[in-house]
Amino acid sequence: MTAEEWQLLSFTAWVSALSTVIILPFGLAIAWWLARRDWRGKSLVETVVSLPLVMPPVATGLILLKILGEKGPIGGFFYKHFNLDIAFTWRGVLIALAVMSFPLLVRSTRVAFEQVNPRLEQIAQTLGASNARVFWTITLPLALPGVVGGMLLAFARALGEFGATIMVAGYISGRTATLSTEIYHAFNNGEDSHAYHLLGMSVALAFLAVWCSEWFMRRKRAK
Amino acid sequence: MNLLLKNILLPLADFALDINVEIRHQATAIFGPSGAGKTSLLDLIAGLRRPKTALVQLDDRVLTNTEARLQVPTRHRRIGYVPQDLALFPHLSVRHNLLYGRKGNGDSTPLFSLEHITNVLEIEPLIDRRVTHLSGGEKQRVALARALLASPQILLLDEPLASLDTVLKSKILPYLARIRDEFHLPMLYVTHDWDEAQALCSEALVMERGKITRREELKK
Repeated sequence: MTAEEWQLLSFTAWVSALSTVIILPFGLAIAWWLARRDWRGKSLVETVVSLPLVMPPVATGLILLKILGEKGPIGGFFYKHFNLDIAFTWRGVLIALAVMSFPLLVRSTRVAFEQVNPRLEQIAQTLGASNARVFWTITLPLALPGVVGGMLLAFARALGEFGATIMVAGYISGRTATLSTEIYHAFNNGEDSHAYHLLGMSVALAFLAVWCSEWFMRRKRAK
Repeated sequence: MNLLLKNILLPLADFALDINVEIRHQATAIFGPSGAGKTSLLDLIAGLRRPKTALVQLDDRVLTNTEARLQVPTRHRRIGYVPQDLALFPHLSVRHNLLYGRKGNGDSTPLFSLEHITNVLEIEPLIDRRVTHLSGGEKQRVALARALLASPQILLLDEPLASLDTVLKSKILPYLARIRDEFHLPMLYVTHDWDEAQALCSEALVMERGKITRREELKK
């Protein structure tokens, strides 16, 4: 493996892991609200959260580009006040991966929360526990295998993301290129052996992530 | 003990819980067939269900008063609830299950010590085991001990012996009697077994389709 390939692999893995960590608290909060509470507008939130899963990734990417670009509401704000670019930087990659993997995290985590017997949470309350304590000591530990499985699925999704990433961050070698965009670039330029080499790395990484996710899910089912 | 349940109205699937009763006995059985609304009544007293209208008062503490829009949160009610399925926390050891309510009640002085309760209920040898490794009778006693260790002002027991066979029932009943006699805690004991009710309680309220249809003193 060449130094460039190592850099590419570590950047893709690092930015995918970071995006998973960033979406985790939001994912946990929304999944818990969806699993445990009935409220007006719940269906709307469910639909919005699932949108990136069913929309063409390039369409999601285009929306993100409009929002995060220098003239967009969020991108413009950061550029104006902090002289910070988001689009076509690693930050753009990070946000694209986060948005695209978020629905998978929420779905898996929500199922995990739903499978925790609500009676356990109620009895914890009769024992004097606050809602926060019930969550941290009962709900989350019991849902943990499903939550970790969801994180690994989100990580695996981020590893393979292409459409939104190419729209928001483009392909800039050594700066925004990920395994997927590099494979596309290499194949387009006739560098087939390089593309197949990257393909192998990509398959190995994705296999590992999905296998770990399945292992955690199996543990959850066994419990 | 004085538990006032006034103007209770809680719509359920097929009927409504409709109750007006004042309970003064130390141990009262709520007797009735399955689906009569007994568990819903306990849930309501524990604050786990919000009634349409209700005044729930335990001695001088008002727990629910819908007219005054008062609903004391479950965690502040100091009610020891042992549900039918026991709801032991499967990921915690017996010790951590038992001590869960201690942390929840902050710095208030506990009514009973861990040593005393584990001694009375004979669960000392189980203390470091996982609850998933306990037998039915052992789980029953751990659930009772956990409720007691949270220093409740009343015990709500929802068919605690329903899932046990006759032999185990006869073993657990004396523990319940010891709880009644040693800890002097008022208890509401939901059952559909008249013999159990008579063995433990001095009064029975008979419930049918959400209403108390009969009230009976039980003689030993």
